[in-house]
Amino acid sequence: MDVPAKVHVRTTINGQPQEFLVPPYMSLLDTIREIAGLTGTKEGCLDGNCGACTVNVDGRIVDSCLVLGAEVDGKNVTTVEGLATRDGLHPLQQAFLEEAALQCGICTPGFLVAAKGLLDNEPKPDEGRIRHWLAGNLCRCTGYDKIVRAVQKAAAAT
Amino acid sequence: MVSTFEPKSDYKVIGTRPIRHDGLDKVTGRAVYGADIKLPGLLWAVVVRSPHAHALVKSVDTSAAEAMDGVYAVMTGADIPKHDDKVVDLGEGATNLKWAADNIMADEKVVYQGHAVAAVAATDRYLAEVAADAIKVEYEVLPNATNVRDALAPDAPVILEDLVGDDLGEEVRNTNMASHFRHEFGDVEGGFAKADHVLEREYSMQMVHQGYIEPHNATAIWDQEDRIKIWTSTQGAFPVRTQTAGILQMPESRLKVTPLEIGGGFGGKIPIYLEPICAILSKKSGGRPVKGIMERKSVFEASGPAPGGVLTVKLGATNDGKLVAAETDMKLEAGGYPGAAVGAAAMCVFSCYDIPNTRIDGWDVVVNKPKSAAYRAPGSPQAAYAMESAVDELCEQAGFDKMQFRVDNAAKEGTRRGDGVIFPRIGMEEVLEATKATDHWKSDIGEPSKPGNKRGRGIASGYWFNVGLKSSVNLALNNDGTVELVEGSTDIGGTRASISMQAAEVLGIAAEDVRPTVVDTDTVGYTDVTGGSRTTYATGYAAWKAANSMVEELTKRAALLWDIDEDGVQFEDGVFSSKADSELQISFKDLAGKLNDTGGPVNTTGSVDLEAAGGAFGTHICDLEIDPDTGKTDVVRYTVIQDVGKAIHPSYVEGQLQGGAAQGIGWALNEEYFMNDAGSMTNSSYLDYRMPTSLDLPEIETEIVEVPNPIHPFGVRGVGEVPICPPIPAVANAIEDALGVRIYETPMNAGRIIAALEENGD
Amino acid sequence: MHPFAYVAPKTVDEAVAVLEKHGERARPIAGGTDLLVQARGGRFDLDAVVDIKKIPELVSIKNDDSGLEFGAAVPCYQLYENPELSAEYPGLMDAASLIGGIQIQSRAGLGGNLCNSTPSGDGICPLIVHYGTAVIAGPSGRRELPVEDFCTGPGRNDLKQGEMLVSLKFPKPSSTFGAAYERFIPRNEMDIAVAGVAASVELDSGGNIAKARVALCAVGPTPILAEAAGAALVGKSADDEAAIEAAGAAAAEAASPISDMRGTVEQRKHLVDVLTKRMVKKAVERARS
Repeated sequence: MDVPAKVHVRTTINGQPQEFLVPPYMSLLDTIREIAGLTGTKEGCLDGNCGACTVNVDGRIVDSCLVLGAEVDGKNVTTVEGLATRDGLHPLQQAFLEEAALQCGICTPGFLVAAKGLLDNEPKPDEGRIRHWLAGNLCRCTGYDKIVRAVQKAAAAT
Repeated sequence: MVSTFEPKSDYKVIGTRPIRHDGLDKVTGRAVYGADIKLPGLLWAVVVRSPHAHALVKSVDTSAAEAMDGVYAVMTGADIPKHDDKVVDLGEGATNLKWAADNIMADEKVVYQGHAVAAVAATDRYLAEVAADAIKVEYEVLPNATNVRDALAPDAPVILEDLVGDDLGEEVRNTNMASHFRHEFGDVEGGFAKADHVLEREYSMQMVHQGYIEPHNATAIWDQEDRIKIWTSTQGAFPVRTQTAGILQMPESRLKVTPLEIGGGFGGKIPIYLEPICAILSKKSGGRPVKGIMERKSVFEASGPAPGGVLTVKLGATNDGKLVAAETDMKLEAGGYPGAAVGAAAMCVFSCYDIPNTRIDGWDVVVNKPKSAAYRAPGSPQAAYAMESAVDELCEQAGFDKMQFRVDNAAKEGTRRGDGVIFPRIGMEEVLEATKATDHWKSDIGEPSKPGNKRGRGIASGYWFNVGLKSSVNLALNNDGTVELVEGSTDIGGTRASISMQAAEVLGIAAEDVRPTVVDTDTVGYTDVTGGSRTTYATGYAAWKAANSMVEELTKRAALLWDIDEDGVQFEDGVFSSKADSELQISFKDLAGKLNDTGGPVNTTGSVDLEAAGGAFGTHICDLEIDPDTGKTDVVRYTVIQDVGKAIHPSYVEGQLQGGAAQGIGWALNEEYFMNDAGSMTNSSYLDYRMPTSLDLPEIETEIVEVPNPIHPFGVRGVGEVPICPPIPAVANAIEDALGVRIYETPMNAGRIIAALEENGD
Repeated sequence: MHPFAYVAPKTVDEAVAVLEKHGERARPIAGGTDLLVQARGGRFDLDAVVDIKKIPELVSIKNDDSGLEFGAAVPCYQLYENPELSAEYPGLMDAASLIGGIQIQSRAGLGGNLCNSTPSGDGICPLIVHYGTAVIAGPSGRRELPVEDFCTGPGRNDLKQGEMLVSLKFPKPSSTFGAAYERFIPRNEMDIAVAGVAASVELDSGGNIAKARVALCAVGPTPILAEAAGAALVGKSADDEAAIEAAGAAAAEAASPISDMRGTVEQRKHLVDVLTKRMVKKAVERARS
């Protein structure tokens, strides 16, 4: 089998410059997990319907299973590992803990990155807006109630 | 002898809401789930699956795949050891190894679309996919039967030639009926003869999936000394060991199973799928680690969903609103191998009511669909849909008040369950009283948000018996007074916290001072699955025992320290003291610092094997708004009321109630296995399977009722499963209230609502 | 998934050259939200994907007095977050804001939706009722095609070997133009249309309907321009209930749906009737505001 040559990618992940060779057909999800070694971003469906693999690319949230690793050359990627700083957890992370907004936790990284994408642009969303924004992220454990409360709490705290 | 306990109310830790111990790892992305494990030299497995629902496997040609660079191993069904009938107990449910082995990978015959027929291991996942595509399988397609009506028809294709069915004790061959059983009590015909109102209805349900977001995964090493190591996301590491060892015909002691974090299960991650495949591929590739992740389509097509089926319910009541007789016939889909949850359905179907004369017929029917598995109160939601819809319709027919009828006929201590069990202290009556007291019940339903839309309210109740089973906990005391808690229960939704809190309560320390770790099968005593709503109940009980042993041991140490008799030492609120001399006091933490002077380390264990568990009941109130022109249905208000015995961590109890309700709402309105004539599921993606999103649900209100379970030290009843039982009938009853039409088939989607309205002439 | 190469040309000509060379075995990637799913699902084997987002023309939006033109790779959010467009092109905004969820809208666009050519594509019918034109580049130069003629079957379209969609063009709507798109889905987001209807109207000075279009989604092998439904409205008062009823009936008549896991023939025809009436009224309301 002829395997096409790898693509040279220079990108920034969670503020750190990164440089690697990525198979041209490899998803950004696998690039982050298998090449960059950041397994906080989760695989759920590989067709853009669950949001577990949500990451932020240049200020927009995307499903990383539907982006090629080769496409992030020159771009700025943030994953769940990039939310906390040396000063502590992001208010969303703290609120998710306090509000018991996770059960199994597999969808949590995607929800956190997605919710951060909302609060970065709209600091005070109402419940309807939060539910609309997060509709691309499936959670099967919580019924969403505590997730929505946690996002509201984080919004109020910032 | 079952111990009983007096309820208390002055807890220090129980009933509080500490941050869960594993929370930080899970909000930072550090938690290691099954798919996250990395091992040197890792290979990736990809499974080849049948596109046909029912077919003979004529040949499998793996030569092209084997010839590819980077491909280390290829396997087919012929590599799975052959088995005779042998049933192994998995805690919640049992499995027959013969069928279980065939389900892992078919050799001669596939019995559902997605059934595994071959697998490859290669250096990366993409290459493994290409190699899997190169495996050529030749099939002879057979006629299929994907539902109980087709499978029981006289001309139905026989799916398992060697199945011997059990029809009320009679052996039956050439059948798809694995079993037909009956529970009968009282005088059913006599009861109906006395009834002034009799109603009989039939309900159909489609198969549904648990829908956990994390796909199945496994990583295995089978080394040259015939030791097998497995890392996987599972509800129970020990049952994985039992099943894998059984299928591979290896002693359990040769296997070590490490449970990694699990991304949802709801019963679906009790069976195994990839573990034996990865192990065999590892052996064939010289002991390299092999990892497999099931793609989402295969999770739908080839893991273990919840059965659909056909259920009839017949009810008889007298003019004074008392149920006098009930009868049901429940035929559920087992999937490709026997084992639908119809036995559990029979235990639940009439359980919310006190009915003197009952007959229950249950049928386990093999169909060309994936082998069904547990899904949150397996069998009970199906039974509840039929029973609670029929109760509402009986009330409509006879003019009874739907709430009062439920109160007047509520099950209570001494009520005989439909399968003969006599209820101990239960909380059905308290739940109904609490339901009447909710703001939701007392509030008007409100005006529709758009002109032309209709609103309706439904209520329904549900029951799950809960299980106890085996659990083990080890405690080790650190010299700063913190405690390491080692357990075998995998944590799907906060049980590290709920178990640690029970130990902390006994030890008089903070929840945060107990540090829980979920470990592998070599490192803790046998522990059954996280399932059956048993974990907080049974593993918590084991933690309580281990903590009491620790207090007992520390009592000896205090006695030694003070040179007094141990009977003279008491322990209260985290402080050991002398009964005789109030000057002699030492806190738990200070005593922990003196272990070296008093005999060394303090490690204790607790283990349980609990036969009884104490069942639980819930009632839900559902308000819907429906657009009668399109059938579009939105849940506008929803409240869950449930007896939980004692809420150890109320936030996670609420979470269970909310999550179960959300799944039930999805099941009621949109979720289904949509099968075409070829026996294929045509909606095997999250796009078309249509689970609720955040925009499809309102706030889910919860009302926790606490009727302490007398056989648990803290009064705990299982919590997780009851909440999925009432939503389906609550939605059905709300649709009827809104539109005046009743839907007798799930999902009760827009198309069925429109069709029912048209049939009704609206 | 067949392993493919990744190329990111800077010009349309370069992209066309790659597409021509590989024929069926190369496809442009814009948002990738359909392409990668289909490649992964084995619907086609590709030797190359051509990332068209580095071609300036493909990612630009031009809106002036002559009308609107946006590149085939412009993602949904760039349309609906543009306040200038949302007032003038309401049907396009309806579509752009309901395709997928927020994550999908960051990448997916109406150009890709059109090229995917699925009958249930939410983005296509709104293009039709806005009188959209597809600008196509190929080995023999450029050509333009009305959007309603673009799709030729489920997943099939008029693009020939080496051709690609460059942009979509729309005439500037008059001040009395209104359009709307709605689909029926069982959920509230993240779902695929059981049936969808786009409608547009242009009112004359007397308040009557001067021009009207109705286009139907997910009820035939391609999106359907239901000409009889539009004709039933032209010349009628915008409040003429009988005309709106007639448009609904004509649209339902034009629909030729199948029964599948998303809905039945009867349900879909019924929905087309209901949605047509609703969309015409909404378009009229927007035309007046």
